[in-house]
Amino acid sequence: MSKKYDAGVKEYRDTYWTPDYVPLDTDLLACFKCTGQEGVPKEEVAAAVAAESSTGTWSTVWSELLTDLDFYKGRCYRIEDVPGDKEAFYAFIAYPLDLFEEGSITNVLTSLVGNVFGFKALRNLRLEDIRFPMAFIKTCMGPPNGIVVERDRMNKYGRPLLGCTIKPKLGLSGKNYGRVVYECLRGGLDFTKDDENINSQPFQRWQNRFEFVAEATNLAQQETGEKKGHYLNCTAATPEEMYERAEFAKELGQPIIMHDYITGGFTANTGLAKWCRKNGMLLHIHRAMHAVIDRHPKHGIHFRVLAKCLRLSGGDQLHTGTVVGKLEGDRQSTLGYIDQLRESFVPEDRSRGNFFDQDWGSMGGVFAVASGGIHVWHMPALVAIFGDDSVLQFGGGTHGHPWGSAAGAAANRVALEACVKARNAGREIEIEGRDILLEAAKHSPELAIALETWKEIKFEFDTVDKLDVN
Amino acid sequence: MPFKSTVGDYQTVATLETFGFLPPFTQDEIYDQIAYIIAQGWSPLVEHVHPSNSMATYWSFWKLPFFGEKDLGVIVSELEACHRAYPDHHVRLVGYDAYTQCQGACFVVFEGR
Repeated sequence: MSKKYDAGVKEYRDTYWTPDYVPLDTDLLACFKCTGQEGVPKEEVAAAVAAESSTGTWSTVWSELLTDLDFYKGRCYRIEDVPGDKEAFYAFIAYPLDLFEEGSITNVLTSLVGNVFGFKALRNLRLEDIRFPMAFIKTCMGPPNGIVVERDRMNKYGRPLLGCTIKPKLGLSGKNYGRVVYECLRGGLDFTKDDENINSQPFQRWQNRFEFVAEATNLAQQETGEKKGHYLNCTAATPEEMYERAEFAKELGQPIIMHDYITGGFTANTGLAKWCRKNGMLLHIHRAMHAVIDRHPKHGIHFRVLAKCLRLSGGDQLHTGTVVGKLEGDRQSTLGYIDQLRESFVPEDRSRGNFFDQDWGSMGGVFAVASGGIHVWHMPALVAIFGDDSVLQFGGGTHGHPWGSAAGAAANRVALEACVKARNAGREIEIEGRDILLEAAKHSPELAIALETWKEIKFEFDTVDKLDVN
Repeated sequence: MPFKSTVGDYQTVATLETFGFLPPFTQDEIYDQIAYIIAQGWSPLVEHVHPSNSMATYWSFWKLPFFGEKDLGVIVSELEACHRAYPDHHVRLVGYDAYTQCQGACFVVFEGR
């Protein structure tokens, strides 16, 4: 039956609060943590979020009647209390698949975290999780290579990979920078990394860096007999320049490039990921700006959503925090989103912050990168937390070694292999970590000195963003 | 006064990927790693290559992968038999995971000279 046009303002909940709705397998589901303005009922707040992130606007408009809005609207189908929080509540919203362009993470985010976040009826709003339906996932390419292909290309098996960022992060000439790369790689690292701030500055233009780095990786590879790589940062001011840099990295025969996916943007990232698939290049992803978006426990977007979006947009490695180092990150929550990067199915598990079952189908996995303020003493915990499909990156923990970067790299490599060997032999490496490292140091003076250098350094501050539990 | 420095000289070493930075494993330590491979449900596999070609993707199989083999002793004797047949070759043990089509473990047991 056709409807009549009735101008005016209706309450959102009349249209967008549908507690009887059973979500379809093809719906995109979202969980928002909402904090409404005082006096506004939860149902009205939740319905407003559903409306403003899908088809609704504040007033009824005549042109709505030209289409079947019931087919296109987002619906809030469930409200839940947030454990340990009297003000906030979770709103679960189902969006029909046709609201989104195929393969466009940009489009999904523009809808879900667009205008609605500035909506006055809300004091705070946080997107906690998205369940992407298989029908949408199949329209995304995902990681250009995935974990298995990366292992096969780099010939690294049965252990986490080892990397480090070149320091100082700004101010080195191309030739000096290449020297530091060479030192790290000859010392036993698998990868070195451009710092995210390094693009193409006056002290070191990108061509110059790429050429010296290529020489350094090739030489280290030749001398050690192991495969080596350096993440050449292709993040640039324009997509054209980004692709130009990527092409040059390929011309130099380098295995891996790098992009900063939040500052660079999802459109640029998805484009570069497709270029990588086509050109046989691995893609390392940095996440500068994420903490602006994901750190506040009541407002913004949780990192698990940003991680899921990256897997869909495309990348072979993504920074995830370290749990134990200098940067923010709760252990259970981190385990929850590294599952989202690597597994083919992740079940709902509130103790890890996963609000939905998430089926990834055949989409490739992404290496979890742990980087920031970690050193050899953290190695047992890192291996236990992150497992083999990870890249452990020690910056200060490599270059800060009293004998220099090569010895620092060797110390980390010995520590890593000692932990993996002990784990495989059935030892509890987090408990026996100290003994394992001290035993290994007996045949490695580099490790013995590293253990001595960093013995007092810990980063024990409480996490700001914790999982919601009683 | 004689010159004295506390800084050591780190010399580059040619290594053979995983466990290349640890001293050679003892018999017991090799047993532990084989037990791990079997406990993961992976298939043990022995490969060998002449050291001049160690960076090649494909090393020669020793026989075929030992699909479903659960006996540690069998794997140890196959490693030794391969080493006897190719004393100048590197011999490595692989734990092959058919589910991921990836190697879950891989390390050199005997280094050729």
